[in-house]
Amino acid sequence: MTVISTFDEAIARDQRIEPADEMPEGYRKTMIRQIAQHAHSEIIGMQPEGEWITRAPTLRRKAILLAKVQDEAGHGLYLYSAAETLGADRGDLTRRLIEGRQKYSSIFNYPTLSFADVGVIGWLVDGAAICNQVPLCRSSYGPYARAMIRICKEESFHQRQGYELLMTMMRGTDEQRAMVQDAVDRWWWPSLMMFGPPDAESPNTAQSMAWKIKRHTNDELRQRFVDMSVPQAAALGVTLPDPQLRWNAARGHHDFGEPDWAELKRVISGDGPMNEQRIRRRREADTDGAWVREAAAAHAAKGMS
Amino acid sequence: MTSHEWPLFEVFVRAKRGLNHVHVGSLRAADHEMALHHARDLYTRRNEGVSIWVVRSDAVVASDPAAKESFFEPSGDKAYRHPTHYAIPDSVPHI
Amino acid sequence: MAFDDAYDALTDHEDDARWAYGTGFSDPLAGVPGDLPDGVDREDLAAYCLMLGDDALILSHRLQQWITRAPELEDELALANIGLDLLGQARLLLTRAGAAEGRGRDEDALAMRREVAEFRNVRLAERGDDDFAHLVARLCAFSVWRLELLQQLTGSRDPMLAAIAAKGVKEVTYHRDYAAQWVVRLGDGTGVSRQRMAAAVDALTPVLGELFQPHPVETRLAAEGVAVDPAGLRATFDDIWAYVLTTATLDPAAAPAVTSSTGAPAGGRDGVHGPELGEILDEMQGLARSVPGGAW
Repeated sequence: MTVISTFDEAIARDQRIEPADEMPEGYRKTMIRQIAQHAHSEIIGMQPEGEWITRAPTLRRKAILLAKVQDEAGHGLYLYSAAETLGADRGDLTRRLIEGRQKYSSIFNYPTLSFADVGVIGWLVDGAAICNQVPLCRSSYGPYARAMIRICKEESFHQRQGYELLMTMMRGTDEQRAMVQDAVDRWWWPSLMMFGPPDAESPNTAQSMAWKIKRHTNDELRQRFVDMSVPQAAALGVTLPDPQLRWNAARGHHDFGEPDWAELKRVISGDGPMNEQRIRRRREADTDGAWVREAAAAHAAKGMS
Repeated sequence: MTSHEWPLFEVFVRAKRGLNHVHVGSLRAADHEMALHHARDLYTRRNEGVSIWVVRSDAVVASDPAAKESFFEPSGDKAYRHPTHYAIPDSVPHI
Repeated sequence: MAFDDAYDALTDHEDDARWAYGTGFSDPLAGVPGDLPDGVDREDLAAYCLMLGDDALILSHRLQQWITRAPELEDELALANIGLDLLGQARLLLTRAGAAEGRGRDEDALAMRREVAEFRNVRLAERGDDDFAHLVARLCAFSVWRLELLQQLTGSRDPMLAAIAAKGVKEVTYHRDYAAQWVVRLGDGTGVSRQRMAAAVDALTPVLGELFQPHPVETRLAAEGVAVDPAGLRATFDDIWAYVLTTATLDPAAAPAVTSSTGAPAGGRDGVHGPELGEILDEMQGLARSVPGGAW
């Protein structure tokens, strides 16, 4: 039995690939890149909502938001941990992030302008993330799949807290209802872009599906997200900002408009509203913390701990 | 490649009394005390554990996956180690 | 896989056994009677709950400001946990304060609608952090002091305060351990970290004295068996603080001399604060105050 056939056989039988198994170099590199980008997204994703922790309007919302942003740090760590089982080093992955050599989800390059954004991020952005992530719980790489299971379980509160906040705000003042609608208007299209480019322009999808890293195409997941969100928007009493959005009985799905793919390309390639600020914050935290990490290592090396 | 200042630790959590410690993942820490603190903060935020082990990842010795046929398959044909190997009439109680 | 409910795939997953999952959660105050103890002045009890609640609320705010800025990701988790613990203590104490004063103010009315001079926190809680050494030095001193205070408060004649204190003891024990370990690592780390740690300890000098300065409310309630006289915390604090600094190979003589209990200037317990508290309240209260009648 040759090495590759062992890998192929495991994939064909829907078995998980585990860290010490031999695997094609392309698979290893693809997994490291995907897991690292996912981890970076969790860590950068702390920032848009994190800015509102100190400003949360009630102590209950403050506790919820702090716990949620903390979870995102935890999820980043679960994922870096999975990437490290493939021989990657977290210090190196962090370098790649802050030097712009590895990407993260484009959604976090948009600003959070009001507290309603916290609710809409929970509802739409975390909702889209869940659609993306639930199939990854069966990803072929074992440590990644296990991290995703834990992340999805923990994130089940993230979407609900966001929707609950929006429901509460919609029962509040006219000003608050306007805040919610404004936030929905700004986040709807970026949320649809979270599923990536259309299938026809997604060259890596076929290989990722063959390796069972991905289980559904970008367009399948995007459609599912739209179908899930429409009744939720109606229950909330907000309008989704897409004049082409309507039920198609023949397809059994909603038809919807085309996201601005040129915008997605711009934001991914570094030209979004907040790209520079997000990376700068992460770089400053890493740089400012260097003396602390070095001190702890020096203390440990003295053997006194 | 720039490596991290702190070594990698593997984390094992006992969910409740009566269960084994289970491997849950890894983390970075400068020393064992820090690794325990970090494991507590990272892996038991939701009341998941009553006991934590941490061990430096480079101290774990693993079996060779390439040798798994010789290592594990020889135990696969010893059916007589399993209770279902033995036919006992249903009419015989408590066995 | 089933895809109608995004969570379907998770509910019956075989891999569950690979993870430890959280179990139930309990209310630390379940079954604790809310009545005020006999003979205790309502305003005094409310003021005392605000003192301890504001300490936790304001230091939690300082910890929240570190989120996304911690020296390592694992410490993001730790600082958030400590911030959440303190926020939880603040919510219980502010709620108790509102119940004691009996004017219908809840935790949010007290957190979001009071002015600087109405805040009763010690100034140690409000000061800013120049760097991580300042953060852990302050957190260590605060936790050493508060742990001793809460331990004594578990014997309070107010069953609610006693229960809140018992919950807090478990939390602050960990905070103290976390912070003290960092003080030791930085004090005995590199030349740079040692210098920063020593500077951070020095910078605490002006705000440690008032930790042990009894306010008249504390004195009255301590005599009633409800509150803790902070003057009695000093000996234990000095011992532990010196032990931490010595372990960190720092000069324990550098530990600040604590001012005498007589003739000390007014401090945070009297509503006298530094300019930092105004900045904190602008940030914390701005949104809540800017949307009249808002529901969150």
